[in-house]
Amino acid sequence: MATRAQSTRWGEAMVRHVVATTSEIAPGGNKVVTVAGREIVVFHVNGEFFALRNRCPHEGAPLAKAACVAHLKSDEPGRFQRSRVGEMLRCAWHGWEFDMRTGQSFCDPLRVRARAYAVAVEAGETLAKGPYVAETFPVTVEERYVLIDI
Amino acid sequence: MADVLERADAQGAAAVTAQDKLKVIDCDIHPSLHARADLYPFLAKRWQHHLETYGGHLRTPFTSTTPYPRSSPLLARRDAWPPSGGPPGSNLAFMRQQHLDPINIEFGMLQVLDLLVVSQQNQEFGSALQRAINDWQLECWSRPEPRLKPSILVSQDHVEAAVAEIERCAATGNYVQVNISPRANEPLGRRRYWPLYAAAQAANLPLGIHVGGYGGHAPTGGGWPSYYNEEHHSNAHSMAAQLTSLIIEGVPERFPRLKFVFIEGGFGWVPAISWRMDKHWQRFRDEVPHVRRPPSETVRERFWFTTQPIEEPEHAGDLRAVIEWIGVDRLLFSSDYPHWDYDDAHSAFKIPLTDAERRKIFNGNARAVYALG
Amino acid sequence: MRIDCDIHPGLEGTRATLLPYLDAHWQEQVTSRGIDGLDLTSYPTTMPLSCRPDWRPERGKPGSNFALLKAQALDGLGASYAICNVLYGAQAAFDPYLAAAFCRAINDWIAAEWLAREPRLRASIVVPMQAPDLAVEEIERLAGDRRFVAVLVLVQGETLLGRRHFWPVYAAAERHRLPIAVHSGSQYRTAPSSIGWPSYRLEYYIAEAQAHQAQLLSLILEGVFGKFPGLKVVMMESGVSWLPAFMWRANKTWKGVRVEVPWVDRPPADIMRDHVRLTTQPFDAPPAQADVERLIEQIGSERMLLYASDYPHWQFDGDCAIPQGFPASLVTRMCRDNPLETFARLEAPA
Repeated sequence: MATRAQSTRWGEAMVRHVVATTSEIAPGGNKVVTVAGREIVVFHVNGEFFALRNRCPHEGAPLAKAACVAHLKSDEPGRFQRSRVGEMLRCAWHGWEFDMRTGQSFCDPLRVRARAYAVAVEAGETLAKGPYVAETFPVTVEERYVLIDI
Repeated sequence: MADVLERADAQGAAAVTAQDKLKVIDCDIHPSLHARADLYPFLAKRWQHHLETYGGHLRTPFTSTTPYPRSSPLLARRDAWPPSGGPPGSNLAFMRQQHLDPINIEFGMLQVLDLLVVSQQNQEFGSALQRAINDWQLECWSRPEPRLKPSILVSQDHVEAAVAEIERCAATGNYVQVNISPRANEPLGRRRYWPLYAAAQAANLPLGIHVGGYGGHAPTGGGWPSYYNEEHHSNAHSMAAQLTSLIIEGVPERFPRLKFVFIEGGFGWVPAISWRMDKHWQRFRDEVPHVRRPPSETVRERFWFTTQPIEEPEHAGDLRAVIEWIGVDRLLFSSDYPHWDYDDAHSAFKIPLTDAERRKIFNGNARAVYALG
Repeated sequence: MRIDCDIHPGLEGTRATLLPYLDAHWQEQVTSRGIDGLDLTSYPTTMPLSCRPDWRPERGKPGSNFALLKAQALDGLGASYAICNVLYGAQAAFDPYLAAAFCRAINDWIAAEWLAREPRLRASIVVPMQAPDLAVEEIERLAGDRRFVAVLVLVQGETLLGRRHFWPVYAAAERHRLPIAVHSGSQYRTAPSSIGWPSYRLEYYIAEAQAHQAQLLSLILEGVFGKFPGLKVVMMESGVSWLPAFMWRANKTWKGVRVEVPWVDRPPADIMRDHVRLTTQPFDAPPAQADVERLIEQIGSERMLLYASDYPHWQFDGDCAIPQGFPASLVTRMCRDNPLETFARLEAPA
């Protein structure tokens, strides 16, 4: 599930921003938000939320337009081993593959990655109580919300 | 890891600043038909009927797609589908909003791939199509959007009709080049195509050779590849082979005012083929006595190469060597919008360019080749 | 030590040379039907490239004179070993049984009349790729003879070398530690490139470089090196200097369309550095020595190049076949270490 661990980083320099209700991003879909001057795309897949800078590190394509596909490997020509369906992004332009979870590229994971942001999901009740930065995002206690750490 | 991103971002930011001030000439933009009927105002009823029944006749197994499936639907960027409908490249307003305006495009050269005029086996149909497409470019793209410049697209294997079409379109004064395919029935240096070059030269128009087409030959000298990975790469090989054919057959000498533009082949392959031509020309000189100079000299005077798909060396700095070997004057920026392997004017070059280099590659060289004033 | 990885003993003709090495059936076919003259269109024996003038025998085909080859290729160019790649076109015939029989005869001839007479000589096994199972038979037949150090195929065949139906050939080659030598030359099944049939032999010869690249793409992308991790491939007489730009473009395309070939689990350039070697004549050099050095750096490996003279083809003048401008450390490696590593059987006892 989303990053409970990061929630303990509250109090450090990171600021949490509410960016969406969980219900407004359909499974397999995404929402593009602007937070602290950065365009960020929030994905909803397999019950989890992930957030990446909406900019491919290759030539700047919007990752919000990437195809969401399976993680694909093969140990034998002609065999296709799929896992984590929908969690890999094939960039909308040159098809570079990125792991939604970490932003790492498939082909050069150590040196090429999209910027990933920590995501948390909180109940409206919790947010209504605590000193989170909600900005202009209206919060109600009935909803659950997606937050990004920047 | 963060270093790599930040360095790239910083370079990108500097490039953007310089780029912002520069008007870009994009030497490869693909408009597409929204529907077949878009052509009908320019196509006689007999050929409308033909298009709707027999359709195109190409040397490839499928009626409406390639046997080498592409990286993405319709070969396009996934974000290039116009919100109001139609395929990528079919909506002028969206093209302006997504590409022409943000990239600060001063001029864009049109390349039409729809219906593959250049490869139609039915030559009368091909001639009718080429007329229609050349009219459509002018009326539906260039007139409403003067930044976009039409090319005279001709089916090179029907030489008589091609010559007539070149003369027809050149007389309007609106077209910037003659367009043919590198996958023709025969290598483009062969004599049967010379009347076409005479017509282009007489019209003072460069010859633009854009990748693609079904010429009936396997993409490689060892047979047919299995994968798009291979077939895509073979475009560079086709271009190298055509460069060789044109020079070894003596076409530049025979048509001394003709300029040659190789479009969408990239340019990384150019130095090695130039060295190879030079070296082996020495040994074969008495086979080709009409080739009086080292081929590389002709490359440096008469041939230009659009930059997309840009080369991506393992060490980005090696691109500098390639540019030196080819000569910065030979490079013409192209985006290939709206295709998937599109190059963004701000981010494609991963090495610093001087202002002078940037002006040449993104504007000045194309301005001169296409006589844009 | 200097190991010349590519020389071409010449074969006078089927009747003149190979008859003793054919069985009774094929001897009768050859003599009664006049089957002869399999010199490849790729290398007409009379054209300048095919033989340097000072190496051309007074009588007979280029490279066909044993004494001359010894004096010129071995003593003259200073070869400790030389690998014989016979380009007589048995591989190009359509009849698979004729091709197989003639390949056998060529291999037996080279063993009996060249390898047996000169301990510095080694050879590639010529095989009929038009029938991969017969090619495997021929590899198995000669695998025990350590003087055969590679398997020879032409770069322009009927189907690209990476295709599945060739895999039994690679299995056999890997098993017996034989690299595949992919040599310039054509079976003339398709045009040398996508643009069609050229007018001039010069155009055809230039196109060989593109054919080498297409074959490498096929071998890599079809997964041959994953399937046969012990296999090496040697591109012979390819020109070499196309290599870095080719590696970059192969990597670029793979990064974008990897989903097509997910069994290619690392960049094609990395696969090439491990599995692909290239002989150094001809070397299509940039004019400036500094650029030769830059190009070598761009290749990113000193293990890929193998010294060769391409004797008796006319690729250079004088008695030094080492391309100008190669760094000294590379020269040492390419003359000795790289060939020994690539042709694992070369120094094994016969």
